[in-house]
Amino acid sequence: MAELKTETITLNMGPQHPSTHGVLRLELVLDGEIVLEVKPVIGYLHRCFEKHAEAMTYPQVVPYVDRMDYLASMNNELGYAVAVERLCGVKVPEKVEYIRVIMAELNRIASHLVALGTYGLDAGAFTPFLYCFIDREKILEIFEITCGARLLYNYIWVGGLSHDITPNFKEKVLEFVKVFRPRIKELNDLLSFNKIFIERTANVGVLPPEVAINAGTSGPTLRGSGVNFDLRKNDPYSIYDRFDFKVIVGNGEMGTVGDSWDRYMVRVWEMEESCKIIEQAIEQMPAEGNVQEAVPKRIKPPVGEIYARTETPRGELGFYIISDGTNYPIRVKARGPAFCNLSALPLMSKGCMIADLVVILGSIDIVLGEIDR
Amino acid sequence: MFDYLTSLLGDLNIIAYFIVPVPALLFVSIFTLFAVLAERKISAYMQDRYGPNRTGKGILQTVADMAKLIQKEFISPSHADRWLFELAPFIVFASVFMGYAVIPFATVYVGTDLNLGLFYFFAITSLSVIGILIAGWASHNKYTLIGAMRSAAQIVSYEIPAVLSALTVVMFAGTLSMQSIVVAQSGGIHNWYVFGGPGDVSRILMIPFMAASCLIFFIATLAETNRTPFDIPEGESEIVAGFNLEYSGMKFAFFFFAEYSQMFAVAAVLSTLFLGGWQSPFGNLIPVLNTPLFQIFWFLLKGLLIVYVQMWLRWTLPRLRVDQLMTMCWKYLIPITLIIVLIVGFYLVIR
Repeated sequence: MAELKTETITLNMGPQHPSTHGVLRLELVLDGEIVLEVKPVIGYLHRCFEKHAEAMTYPQVVPYVDRMDYLASMNNELGYAVAVERLCGVKVPEKVEYIRVIMAELNRIASHLVALGTYGLDAGAFTPFLYCFIDREKILEIFEITCGARLLYNYIWVGGLSHDITPNFKEKVLEFVKVFRPRIKELNDLLSFNKIFIERTANVGVLPPEVAINAGTSGPTLRGSGVNFDLRKNDPYSIYDRFDFKVIVGNGEMGTVGDSWDRYMVRVWEMEESCKIIEQAIEQMPAEGNVQEAVPKRIKPPVGEIYARTETPRGELGFYIISDGTNYPIRVKARGPAFCNLSALPLMSKGCMIADLVVILGSIDIVLGEIDR
Repeated sequence: MFDYLTSLLGDLNIIAYFIVPVPALLFVSIFTLFAVLAERKISAYMQDRYGPNRTGKGILQTVADMAKLIQKEFISPSHADRWLFELAPFIVFASVFMGYAVIPFATVYVGTDLNLGLFYFFAITSLSVIGILIAGWASHNKYTLIGAMRSAAQIVSYEIPAVLSALTVVMFAGTLSMQSIVVAQSGGIHNWYVFGGPGDVSRILMIPFMAASCLIFFIATLAETNRTPFDIPEGESEIVAGFNLEYSGMKFAFFFFAEYSQMFAVAAVLSTLFLGGWQSPFGNLIPVLNTPLFQIFWFLLKGLLIVYVQMWLRWTLPRLRVDQLMTMCWKYLIPITLIIVLIVGFYLVIR
């Protein structure tokens, strides 16, 4: 029988596509349903963050940092604040450190909730998405009461915070944690341990640990591959060394270590660990303290450079700042976790199906605002 | 009803062709309007939100949506195959609606009680795949093409377990006429085919097999109607909207119309085959419940309950992948139904 002549299709997925999580474009080469090649094309949301930062004073950069990873603005601000404070040698009051940690962990939960909800959406389940948003809404309410903003906070300043917490802040946070814990179980019942969901995600998009390290991934994407690396433990910043929490790593419970289900599940259990940190921080937080007492009148770091890295919900966010002694930075370079994690996508998705590709892309939880900056 | 009218009209029997479908068409239109609303409300309650509650307290929401869709411009993509593109939605809807011809709503209303009714239903409704293929091909878009290919593979595959599980009922009833299948289940809930149908005590042995057969029929017809978890031809997060991606306005509405009509059609066939159709669950204990008006009530109640389950599943489950869908059909459903058919055959011979 003569060989049947077949051709591949080149399919353009995005930048307007429901599951590319923003304006990512993927150039796919398909053989029927099988994906032979994936080429991510980025840059549709480029806003020149790094160039803008050179024309700003140090405090003015903070709102721009918000707009990088807009689902975890608090974590971005914390990363930037830590970097500049180390450069200037500012010592931050105890109370500020605790509030920062609570805010960062709350935002980590909020960000993971969006990641998990939209992941369900990618797999075709609509309801978990709205369930996750109900809980996220409660976190945003806490943020709104504290700093007036729901998405882009400009809350964590260099050396302090923009506002002190309200008197009922502690009760509100504890109440949220109390309500939220059973909701994690509900999410697990509805989605995580659903047979169809496991079929769709287990053994799909396997990222072996050595490949994950070589690709420069970090955060849940790296930990999903079984690598125990969390900057909150391995290179503690702020006051993270005072808290007792576990680093969640993928263990291949439903398939292979490093598959999409592992990456998903790392996020689920990390929310639980974040709850633990929040509870401890609330308990230890000193009652007295002025949150703006250490904010410098004029930030003028000495000549020098610094690379400070923090753990955002997506992984290692590093800021490399060069100062020439004026109040304008010469260079602010951000090392975005989602950007590096996205580079692992072509490695994971060789030979998968279109439906798998969507699931794999969802499992690395990209935010285009931070990839394009 | 068709036979009755033709006998009544004599030489003018051509009029019957126009009268008989009217109640079914009315029913399908009203059902679609309210099913869309119900779907949105049910999903809203499942997701802890309100759902539509503005246009006439929400009740007129679909009416408003329809009015909007009617006003919309007909847009055809410039590279589309114009004729086929225009034709596809109507082929899909027509093939689904023609299935209603044999569905018995009550003793007094069945379009026409063909002696090959069930066979006709499967044959005519599976024509909708041709409409979907045309839609996917004529739109001249890679996403619609992928959607159409998926749809063709899915509907053709799931036809087999659906027909095989319906076959178990046909073996019991010894007829393909839908009306006769319902009549055979008279006498109360214990005579429904999901519980083994009428017969002596030994039919208790058949309950698990017939119940499984009923479940498989439900799963297979769910796949044929492209509902979650089998909505891969539309797979919103993968191929955007699948075969209906390029359609807008009323042509899009016709795809929608077809989907909802088919939802009720398969639910009606399921209730006809396994749940006694228009029979009252109380049998002859309360005779008034067997009057025609109540027959329609029972029939709609059973059909709508099944539609509710279809919606419930849609808002609970994720979507299967295309190869898993095929695996489930060819490796599990078809062998299981074949075994059930074999067992039912043995039982009927030995009995």
